[in-house]
Amino acid sequence: MKLTVNGKIESFEKESLTIEELLKLKKVKMPEMVTVELNGTILEREKFKTTYVKDNDSIEFIYYMGGGSPII
Amino acid sequence: MIRIPKTIYDEIISYTNSKLPNEACGILAGINNLVKKIYKMRNVEESPESYLMDPHEQIRVMKDIRENNMKMLAIFHSHPKTPARPSAKDINMAFYDDVFYIIVSFMNKIPDVKAFKIIGKSVTLEKILIED
Repeated sequence: MKLTVNGKIESFEKESLTIEELLKLKKVKMPEMVTVELNGTILEREKFKTTYVKDNDSIEFIYYMGGGSPII
Repeated sequence: MIRIPKTIYDEIISYTNSKLPNEACGILAGINNLVKKIYKMRNVEESPESYLMDPHEQIRVMKDIRENNMKMLAIFHSHPKTPARPSAKDINMAFYDDVFYIIVSFMNKIPDVKAFKIIGKSVTLEKILIED
């Protein structure tokens, strides 16, 4: 199947993949720290395991960007 | 080394200064380590001690960066009352090995701006070249 991942068209051997499996294939270090958009809609994290992608879907994933400077 | 045009460098300082006493954040994009565009992001935490970008805004910006054939070069944020060096939380949340992490400290009267590469737990000070 062909997916557009972060703007690039990529081919995958599997015809069925969950978002969680896709993130693993993309070697995402900490999936719990990633925001995923599927075909323009941001997915809730709880749905990563149960949401399947299909041919020609478009997926964006991006790590959280944050931090802090605790005042001591 | 990251190269930042003076106008954008000044914008980083004025934007982060305008959000005091809270932390402010943003993204710098460009080509070949030369910054071409600044994205001033919203700190959804609106806190003087932490920042977190809005994921919707992040995704919108990443698409814009791609459409303009640029790369994300740096993530910047401010430390209103602490030095310009990454905190433990900054290090834990540095997921991008290939970008510069820029910190603007307002601890002293004159803002201190420093750039770092953060890979795993390893922090390296990087040079900022301000260009006219």
